[in-house]
Amino acid sequence: MTTKIPTAVDRRAFLQMSGALVVSFSAASILDAADVVQGPFDTRGSHVDPTQLDSWLAVGADGGVTAYTGKCEFGQGMYTAQIQLVAEELSVPVSRVKLIQCDTSICPDQGTTSGSQSTPTNFNERNLAQAAATAREALLRLASQRLGVPVDRLSASDGVVGVKGDTGKRVSYGELVGGKRFDVTVNAHAPRKAVADWKVMGTPVPRVDMTEMATGTFEFVHNVRVPGMLHGRVVRPASVGAAVASVDEASVRGMPGLVKVVVRKNFVGVVCEKQWQAIQAAAKLKVVWTAGPGLPAQHDFYDHLRKQPARDAAVVDSKDVDQKMTAASSVLKATYLHPYQMHGSMGTSCAVADVQGNKATVWSPTQSAYPTRSGVAAVLGIPPDNVRVIYVRGSGCYGINGADTVSYDAALLSHAVGKPVRIQLSRQDEMAWENYGFAYVIDQRAAVDRSGTIAAWDCESWSPSLGGRPGYDQPGNVVTGMLVGFEPAAPAPRAAGAPRGPLRNGSNAVPSYLAGCIDGSCNGAGTIKSERVVTHTIASPFFTGPLRSPARLQNTFAHECFLDEIAAHVKADPVEYRVRHLSDPRLREVVQAAAKAAKWQPRQSPQRTGSGRGIACVAYEGDNGYVAMVADVDVDQSSGRIRVRKLVVAQDCGPITNPDGMKNQIEGGALQGLSRALGEEVTWDERKVTSIDWRTYHSLPLGFDVPEVESVLINRNGVEASGAGETAITIVAAAVGNAVFDATGARIREVPFTPERIVAALRARS
Amino acid sequence: MSEIALNVNGSSHRLDVDPTTPLLYVLSDDLGLRGPKLGCGLGQCGACTVIVRGRAVRSCVTPVGTVAGAEITTLEGLGTAEKPHPLQQAFIDEQAAQCGFCLNGVILTAKAFLDQKPKATDAELQQGLGSVLCRCFTHVRMLRAIKKYQEKRA
Ligand code: FES
Ligand code: FES
Repeated sequence: MTTKIPTAVDRRAFLQMSGALVVSFSAASILDAADVVQGPFDTRGSHVDPTQLDSWLAVGADGGVTAYTGKCEFGQGMYTAQIQLVAEELSVPVSRVKLIQCDTSICPDQGTTSGSQSTPTNFNERNLAQAAATAREALLRLASQRLGVPVDRLSASDGVVGVKGDTGKRVSYGELVGGKRFDVTVNAHAPRKAVADWKVMGTPVPRVDMTEMATGTFEFVHNVRVPGMLHGRVVRPASVGAAVASVDEASVRGMPGLVKVVVRKNFVGVVCEKQWQAIQAAAKLKVVWTAGPGLPAQHDFYDHLRKQPARDAAVVDSKDVDQKMTAASSVLKATYLHPYQMHGSMGTSCAVADVQGNKATVWSPTQSAYPTRSGVAAVLGIPPDNVRVIYVRGSGCYGINGADTVSYDAALLSHAVGKPVRIQLSRQDEMAWENYGFAYVIDQRAAVDRSGTIAAWDCESWSPSLGGRPGYDQPGNVVTGMLVGFEPAAPAPRAAGAPRGPLRNGSNAVPSYLAGCIDGSCNGAGTIKSERVVTHTIASPFFTGPLRSPARLQNTFAHECFLDEIAAHVKADPVEYRVRHLSDPRLREVVQAAAKAAKWQPRQSPQRTGSGRGIACVAYEGDNGYVAMVADVDVDQSSGRIRVRKLVVAQDCGPITNPDGMKNQIEGGALQGLSRALGEEVTWDERKVTSIDWRTYHSLPLGFDVPEVESVLINRNGVEASGAGETAITIVAAAVGNAVFDATGARIREVPFTPERIVAALRARS
Repeated sequence: MSEIALNVNGSSHRLDVDPTTPLLYVLSDDLGLRGPKLGCGLGQCGACTVIVRGRAVRSCVTPVGTVAGAEITTLEGLGTAEKPHPLQQAFIDEQAAQCGFCLNGVILTAKAFLDQKPKATDAELQQGLGSVLCRCFTHVRMLRAIKKYQEKRA
C-alpha cells in the first residue's frame, strides 16, 4: 500500500506534528475526498535531523549566516523571501545570509516545494522560522553569559548583541558561535519577532538573483557542466501506451560522437559526446513500437468521462437537496468543461547525473529533492542513501513538469555509460509526456426560492487522473518510471461513502457559497445549507499531476460562473449576490475590496454593450489565501475575439513577507490564467498527443494585448501566513467568462474561450 | 568537422565543429555561455536569441557555419553584473522576472528591435515581441521595463 500525505486533513494540525513523525494513512480513506495530492509538504526525519538547530542554520567565523532549507526557488521569489525571514529573525542584513536549497546531503527533508505550502510551512511557528527564532534565543543566551548581563537587557542588530543603554558592551555572533555548532534542539516556544518590529520582512526586498538573471550569468541546471560529461536524448514511444517491439542499433551505427544506445524495457535513449549529436542520433534511431491501445476520441471525451467506472466521493451531502429542488420556485442547471492543460515550461526539462557503480549524484530541478532521491534509487536499484540530489534551478515550473522524469532519464543514461550525462528534453518529449493538469466535467444545479436566494446547490464532477507526483515510492507516476516498469497510481473504482468531517476542501470541490456542514459542524465559506458535492475520478489515458491550482482552478471556474448565472437569473448584482451568500469575513472583504478598487457599479448582467465586467472570488483550498478579481473585457462580436482591458485583484494571504514579490505573483498568475482561459488546450488524435510545440499549444506571447493588472494587497496580521502563488490564477477564467456574459449575454461554459466558441455561443444566445 | 571562426562578445574563437550544428549548442556547450538557452529548438519561443550583425537571431535554428566571422552578442555580452546594460538595468529596476529563463530572449529581442526602431509605437513593439514567450507571464513588468528603457534612450 502506498503512503500518501493528504492535502487537507486539517493541514495545520498535520503540519504541527513532529517533523520526525512519518504518518501513514490508508490511501483509501484519505483520497476519497477527491483532493489532489500536491505534497508531501511536511518536514520529516532523514540523516539531517530537523529537530536540531544545526540542521537549519550555521553562523560562520565571520558572522555570516548560512541557512539550509527544503523549500526551493521556482520563480516565485521563495529564495529571497526565506533569506528575508532569516535576516529578520536574526537581525542581520540580507546580504549576510546565504541560503542553501534542497541538497539532500545537507538540507532537511521538507518533501515537495509545491501547493502554496512553502510560506505556511516555513514562515509560521515551525521549521525554518522556528529554527531562526531558536538561533536568536541561543545567541542571546550565549551573549548574556559572555557579557554577564541578563537577556532582557540585551538587543541584537546587524549581527551584534549589545546591552541596552551601554554602548561599550557588545559581542558579535561570530565571536559567540562562529564556525561552531549550536548543539541545541529547535525550541517550539522560542519567541518569533513581532510583526510590529519587522524591518526586513514585509518590505519589498529586491530579488537576490535578479541581476544575475538579467545579465545571463545565473546558473540554471541547464548550465551545469561536469568534467567528462556526455549528452543524452531519449526516444519516447510513438503512441500512448506503446511498448518497444525492437530497436535497430545498426540504424545509428557510425554516427559521429555516438557512445551508446540505451534500452531498458520501454525506456530508449542515446548517449553521445555532444548535444547536437545526441539530438540527431535520437531522431535517426529506428525503434519499432507496438500500436498501443489507442485513445478515446477527443471530440466526445467529456461524455466519455461520464460513462467510465470511477472512484466516487461525496464531499458534502445534506440529504435534502433533491427535495429542495422539487419545492423550489426555479431550478437552474449548467455543465462546465475544462480541458487538459500543460505546464509547458519555457525551457524544456534538464538534469545532469553522475552514476558511478552504486552511487549517484543528480543535479536536478525537481520540486522534490528527497522524493527524487528515492525515485532515482528505485529506477537504478540502489539504496536511497547512495543517491545525492542537488537542486539546481530549472525553468519555472507550475507544478510537476518534466523535472522529475528527466532526473530519472539522466540517471538511467549515466548508469548505462558509467560517465556523467546531461540531458535536456526536446520540446515534443516535454509536451507530449508531461503530467497534465486535469480535464474536468462539472454539472451544476441550483434551486432558487421566491426571494431570489439560493435554496440548494448540487454539484457533480468527473475528472481523469493517472500518476502524479512520485512521492517517495511511486516512480511510475511519471513517464520514465513507467517506461522502466513501475506502475503509475490510478484511481480504483469505488462507490462513495458518506461524507465524514471535518470538511475537506483542498480542491475547492465545494463552492464557496456552501455552508459545508458535516455532522453538524460547518466549515464552508458560505450560507447555503442544502448542499451536495459528489466527485468521480476516472483513470486517465494521459499522465496527470498538479498544475498551478490543480482542480481548484477547474472547480472554481464552474462555481463562480454558475453563481453568476444564478445572479443574472434573479436579476441581482453579482457582487451583492456573492456577499449575500458568503459567511467567511475574509472572503467577503476581498470581494468588496476588488469591487471598490474597480469602481464597481451595481448592475444586472448582461448589459450587452460589447464591453463588460465580471467578478469571481475564492477561498483558496478553503482557507489558504483569499482572492477576488474584477475583469473588464471587450468582445468583438463578429470575430469572437476577447480583449481583456483590465484585471483588478484583491488578495489577503495573511501577513505579507514581500509586497513586491506578492504583486509579481498576482500579475503572473492573472496573465497565466488568462492564457489558459483563452487558448491553452492539450489535443490528441487516435494514438498520440498532437499539442507538441508552440504552434499546436497556444501560449499568449509577450506581444499580446496585455491588460493592466492592479493589485490590492490586504496585509493581515495576527493570522497564519498563507500561500500566494496559486490564488489569482484560480479565478481568471471565471472572471473573464462572467465579463463576456455581461458584454454579450453569451455564457461560455467551456475553456478555452476560443473565438470559434465565442461566436458559437453568441449564435446560441437566447 | 571543420574549423570555424566565431566572434562572440568581442573575443574570437576557432572551433572544430560540424558547420550544420545550430549556433546555440556551440555557444552553450563549446563556449560555456549561460545567456542563450534551449527553449524549443524550433525557432518558436525566443529563449535562444543572440544578436548577430545587429539583428535578433534564433540560434537554435541557425547553423553555426552561417555566422562564421560575424559579430555575435549574447546576454552576458550586453552588460555585466557590475555594469549592466541600461535595458538590463531597467529589468532589474522593475524586478521583471520570475524564473528568469526567458529573460535572454526578451531582453535581446527588445534590444535589437529598439536599435532598429527607437521610436517604435506600442503596437509596433507588440509586433516585435509577437513570438517571444514568457511562461511565467511576467509580461506586465517586462513591458514596463522595455518602455522605460525606450523613453530613457530617446
Ligand atoms: S529555443 Fe530557439 S526559438 Fe525557442
Ligand atoms: S520569467 Fe519564467 S519564463 Fe519568463
